[in-house]
Amino acid sequence: MGLRDRLGLRHELPPRRRFVLMVCSFLLPLAVWSIVSYVPWIWHPRVRVTDPGGVDYFEAGMDVDRDVFAHEAANAVKAGLKAPVGYRVNPKYLPPPHKVARAFVTAFTTPPRLPSEPWLLESFGLSIRTIFWGFFISSIFGVPLGILCGTYRFFARLQEPFIEWFRYLPAPAFGALCVAILGIDDAPKVAIIVIGTFFQQVLVIANTVRKVDPALIEAAETLGAKGWRLLTGVVIPATIADIYIDMRILLGWAWTYLIVAEVFGTMSGITFFITLQGRYNQYDNVYAAIAMIGVIGLACDMTLAWLATILFPWKRSRSSGRRRIKPVSQLIAESPPTGAGELNFTSSPPAELPGGSVNPAQSEA
Amino acid sequence: MSVAPLNLPSYKEKSPEVAARFDRIRARPVVLSIRNLKKTFDTKDGSHIAFQSASLDVHRREFICIIGPSGCGKSTLIRIVAGLEDSSGGEILIDGHPVSGPGPDRGMVFQGYTLFPWRTVRKNVMFGLEMRGKSTAVADVEARQWLDMVGLGKFEGSYPHQLSGGMKQRVAIARALANEPRILLMDEPFGALDALTRCKMQNYLMQIWRKVEVTILFITHDLEEACFLADRIVVMGANPGRVVEVIENPIPRPRSTEQLLTPEFLALKHRLDELIHAPAETDDEKLPMIKLTEAGDEVE
Repeated sequence: MGLRDRLGLRHELPPRRRFVLMVCSFLLPLAVWSIVSYVPWIWHPRVRVTDPGGVDYFEAGMDVDRDVFAHEAANAVKAGLKAPVGYRVNPKYLPPPHKVARAFVTAFTTPPRLPSEPWLLESFGLSIRTIFWGFFISSIFGVPLGILCGTYRFFARLQEPFIEWFRYLPAPAFGALCVAILGIDDAPKVAIIVIGTFFQQVLVIANTVRKVDPALIEAAETLGAKGWRLLTGVVIPATIADIYIDMRILLGWAWTYLIVAEVFGTMSGITFFITLQGRYNQYDNVYAAIAMIGVIGLACDMTLAWLATILFPWKRSRSSGRRRIKPVSQLIAESPPTGAGELNFTSSPPAELPGGSVNPAQSEA
Repeated sequence: MSVAPLNLPSYKEKSPEVAARFDRIRARPVVLSIRNLKKTFDTKDGSHIAFQSASLDVHRREFICIIGPSGCGKSTLIRIVAGLEDSSGGEILIDGHPVSGPGPDRGMVFQGYTLFPWRTVRKNVMFGLEMRGKSTAVADVEARQWLDMVGLGKFEGSYPHQLSGGMKQRVAIARALANEPRILLMDEPFGALDALTRCKMQNYLMQIWRKVEVTILFITHDLEEACFLADRIVVMGANPGRVVEVIENPIPRPRSTEQLLTPEFLALKHRLDELIHAPAETDDEKLPMIKLTEAGDEVE
């Protein structure tokens, strides 16, 4: 349990400590937030007036800066009037954790102030629909094109230089164009997500496909595979699991384009909800909505990760065959080096005899 | 470094039985014919000769080992025969017909296993059969038979990453044989395995070869492996790559590991050793005389 044990370079952590640390990664920022919110002498730059006293423009429930309050209080006392009374508070834009936690529930149940305004659930529905269509349309074209570019030099040369250039153009720059062409409803928002995702998608997937072990293609050729059957029988299955990981990362990027996309045309979805709540000074709802985006994103990614263990059983962990759901960050760190054949000398089972009692393959087959 | 002079028979001496066996082999039809095969690489400073004018006739069900130091072009040679690389001259005939490009008539087993990780063991063996247009049902039955033959029937549902190196290589052999190739090309197939496993794999290969109608062209840099497996041993030399000698292996079959110590075996191994290592014992292999120890006790 020494320091070396905890901070050893690339030291494996025991599962229990891994879990504790994971919880801590969320608890630490929460602790900082709680301290700032609940310890009255830390920060709290404003004063909430409870009794205006002799200051004529103060009202009960009004927030003023601390130095303004002190100045006015001194003036009032000097003029022989009653001093105002108040207590220190944080600005409205930093609600304490418990209010935000409550907002997680109340934000869903509070009806909108005006009939034209959306419920929170409606807003999320709209946003998810926008993301889905944007990502779907991008993938229909991006994935096949990426595979073609990764497999055939011809397509790579024909497409990639232009895409390389285009991907530097920020998607929101096309906002005005999209609105002009596609109107003010959902179409321009979907289009911006498509523009933001598609070009990265082609390049990332082409790169993944290029990493296919050439020895596998050679082996397939000596077994009689030719032409498009090499593509469908070797290149695609050899890379599909890595393409899937790419898609998870790209979906994360698509989410980051959402908020910008929703500003164009008539503001809609979760962006509209957040803007509206900000306008009403209900910052607890704003935080809850922002946090909810994170929760939805993470839940979505975890579901996809779990799905991967079913879709790609050969990718399950080598030794145990257990299904492990891994976050994207871990997958990137683990992705195998290019071209390295699978030479694993370390884990040979003891016996080699065909009739022997070897069973290294006791997975959950 | 004086060794007692070896009192070994000539490596060319064969018992009458073995001589008769070679006569029978020579009477068989030629499966693979390599004629004046040449390979040069174009580099920045001119062309580099990988090997020049290699010729070889391989008879039906013959087991040929190609042995040579690194850089002699033995791997390039077998890759050209497999159709994975182009030659710079000469031709390759299978059953008398010239071939170019890879094809299922020349099966290949690589050092790096190259099993398809997304397919189970059985599906790996089925790959070639599917590519040749056999129905899934037929391919399935045949794949099982081949797996049973290499002793891995129990593992048909496993994925390659669940198998040991030796087992993977047996699957690779089954996969190549399932296509019923005219010749099986093996490029240092056991090079990545540990010594014990390699020994077992050599035994397996002997058993398989006896049971299946297949001709084998086997590349190795392991002298004992060549002596143990081959009918004929093709010795290649480097700089430039060329065929130095083709030796008819006088050791009688069936072979067993006990024969590793017989005079014939040692004589053959000794000759191979001479051919491969003799010219290499030059000055540039000696390290400069720099001593970094002050310990008094000398290493003997």
